[in-house]
Amino acid sequence: MKTLLDIDHLNIFLRSPDGPLHVVRDVTLALDRGEALGIVGESGSGKSMTALALMRLLPRSAKCSAIRLSFDGQDLPALEDGVFSRTIAGPRIGMIFQEPMTSLNPVYTIGRQMTEAAVARGLLSSAAARKKAIDLLDRVGIPDPEGRMNQYAHQMSGGQRQRVMIAMTLMLDPDLLIADEPTTALDVTVQAQILDLLDDLRRERQMGLILISHDLAVVAQRTDRVAVMYGGEIVEQGTARDVLFDPRHDYTRRLLAAVPRLDGAPGRPAPTLPRTDEVIVARDITRVYMTRKGLFEPKREIRALDGVSLSVKRGETLALIGESGSGKSTLARILLGLDQATSGDILMTGRPIHDIPTAERAAFVQPVFQDPYTSLNPRRRLSEIIARPLVLRGERDRVANLEAVREAMERVRLPERLIHTYPSQLSGGQRQRVAIARALVTGPEALICDEPTSALDVSVQAQILDLLDDLRERMNLTLLLVTHDMAVVHQTADRVVVMRGGRIVEEGTAAAVLSRPTSDYTARLLAAAPRFEIA
Amino acid sequence: MTDTDITLTTVELDRTTTLSPGQIFRRRMFGHTGFLIGAGLILIIAVVAILAPVLAPHDPFAQSLADRMLPPVWSEGGRWDHILGTDQNGRDYLSRLIYGTRVSITIGIGAATVGLIIGVTLGVIAGYFGGWIDHGISFLLTAQLALPGLLLAMALVFIIGPSIWVVIGIVGVLHWTYYLVVTRAATQRFRSLDFVAAAVAAGASPRQIIWYEIMPNLMSSIIVIFTFELGIAILAESSLSFLGVGIQPPTPSWGLMIAEGKQAMFYRPWLVILPGICLFLLVIGANLMGDGLRDITSPEGRNE
Repeated sequence: MKTLLDIDHLNIFLRSPDGPLHVVRDVTLALDRGEALGIVGESGSGKSMTALALMRLLPRSAKCSAIRLSFDGQDLPALEDGVFSRTIAGPRIGMIFQEPMTSLNPVYTIGRQMTEAAVARGLLSSAAARKKAIDLLDRVGIPDPEGRMNQYAHQMSGGQRQRVMIAMTLMLDPDLLIADEPTTALDVTVQAQILDLLDDLRRERQMGLILISHDLAVVAQRTDRVAVMYGGEIVEQGTARDVLFDPRHDYTRRLLAAVPRLDGAPGRPAPTLPRTDEVIVARDITRVYMTRKGLFEPKREIRALDGVSLSVKRGETLALIGESGSGKSTLARILLGLDQATSGDILMTGRPIHDIPTAERAAFVQPVFQDPYTSLNPRRRLSEIIARPLVLRGERDRVANLEAVREAMERVRLPERLIHTYPSQLSGGQRQRVAIARALVTGPEALICDEPTSALDVSVQAQILDLLDDLRERMNLTLLLVTHDMAVVHQTADRVVVMRGGRIVEEGTAAAVLSRPTSDYTARLLAAAPRFEIA
Repeated sequence: MTDTDITLTTVELDRTTTLSPGQIFRRRMFGHTGFLIGAGLILIIAVVAILAPVLAPHDPFAQSLADRMLPPVWSEGGRWDHILGTDQNGRDYLSRLIYGTRVSITIGIGAATVGLIIGVTLGVIAGYFGGWIDHGISFLLTAQLALPGLLLAMALVFIIGPSIWVVIGIVGVLHWTYYLVVTRAATQRFRSLDFVAAAVAAGASPRQIIWYEIMPNLMSSIIVIFTFELGIAILAESSLSFLGVGIQPPTPSWGLMIAEGKQAMFYRPWLVILPGICLFLLVIGANLMGDGLRDITSPEGRNE
């Protein structure tokens, strides 16, 4: 096969307040026509920078150099910017980004956005472009492609938008498609469909594919070769099979060990004593949102939760699983007192929630949120953030509070020297530890964690899950874990509740639900979860 | 699993930056030419205002009819004891300009502060509580924007009677809309973030959340608007004084000096040009400083 892409010793420097930052070091990669290459690494490993350098999309402050950077025999750095964007970016190399919600222009129709590039370049007449766009939308699995051409991005779901993005890049028949975390923002079942689609298209058109992801399991299933990046360098490169089953580099091994897995023994042994003490009980919870489009339009109701009942028993980890829109986060917010149920009762340790004063509820249950980048006040130091719940409770002794903060930080394994830093100086994993420390500083009995790891890298996810489980055991906590990830459930949960469209579709022990799901929906979720297998 | 944990954690630690937000702020500040020029101008003008009695060569109120309408020292007939000449009543122009700095600075800061208190209070309340409160305050905003500001200010000063404190109050009361628009939008954004939800779950009251969680995040934008409003308020005072309803003679105010110099403008142009230059420097200094602060405090570090 012919070499399509040849990168030799690519180096990228970024300007930073601390001086130049060497973000990509001597990366050497090659890709043949029709081949799929996976690039795996944590955030900050330089994997996206490498892809952006190929497309000349690096930030302005970046400097990039390479011994050789050639595409289909053409020397890329020699091309002028104008020539490059006319002949390479688009017609030869296409790129799909992570966030389908923002990568389409909201004010133009899908049809206009799809045909624009081909027509503006004079490659197709506008009628021919329209016909091709409809064919491609059909190919990527958009129902009613003709009607969709006149719609806007906001009329589609995230998965559909990502399909439109893929169809749009295919309009110019690129020889190489770069997909930068194409499914990270999507639900598992949608993720599986999109990845299948990319794989089929690659075979069909003999396209080169570079799939960038932090998720080894995703990459392993869909690519021929895998490059593992760490700290700007490629630490290991080889066939997908070799890298996954016979990893040579230490880092790859650690990364593999960190990935939560669906196969193998469950992460937790069954409890020796059956737990009976129900600490949080929700009975027949319904939450209805009223919306209306305009001032004079009739009101429409949206049922986010529809008659949901569940109970959480003392000392257990209950996983609440479902895709986006299933109502799982709404339920969590109601239990935390951040939202009110339209009807239904919630009991905490046997008392109805609206009889419990705010302070008492705060002492009983605390939250950990999904995104550690928004859950910490950027203008406060860690010492202030973690001590805040204590101050709110009326404990104003600075010395005692500082001592409590130190203790909480030690519990979540944060080094003490970070006590006076601001959140912006921390990594995502450290921030999530701070959020957990804040939740635990008052010694609550229960934690409600809303997707606590889905904004984090796989390796960090493992640490946070470990930490939560460890804390549950040591502090006899009750955990309600809201998640969309079946593998996380497998590793940490005692019991599982599966939600869909505001209702509970299945409930049971983790082992039973994962091995013998009774509802179709759970079975589909399980089938869609990425595994360590090679097709 | 345990050894995984330790090794990965140390790697994570290496990635943290060593600069505190304060250090980054200082670095950006000294790298921003516009900000340095603006802040320098404001600093100089503030020092002049404070040290006016020391710097002014003459008493700004002392009249000397024998020395009326002297030109500045570089023109024909200029004298070294009145460097910038004298006005219609023979008062030293430089001394009057120096004392005028005090009026401009006092009114600028005072009016911008009055506007800040009104605008930020309303903006935070509207943004935080939303619903009908937000509708009510937004209506107030629309009403204010529909009013002809200078006309209303003239009418009010005329009715209440002119004094420096009345001018400060009225100019302030008419300049809060910018604060409201910005703080309302910013509060709405911060309110939806998880750190506010975490505070609610920890039992914080709305008052505690607004003061402890939201206000520190609004500070940088409030400071920026303050510097812009400073310039606007100074111009408003000058306009009012020029029209005769602001600062009353014989108090030296730049706007009033322009008004008094108006009659003699064609054969004694410095009477108008000199206070005009002072106004220009002060307002451009405030605006450059505001622009600079906006760039320095923005997270993306514009114009870097």
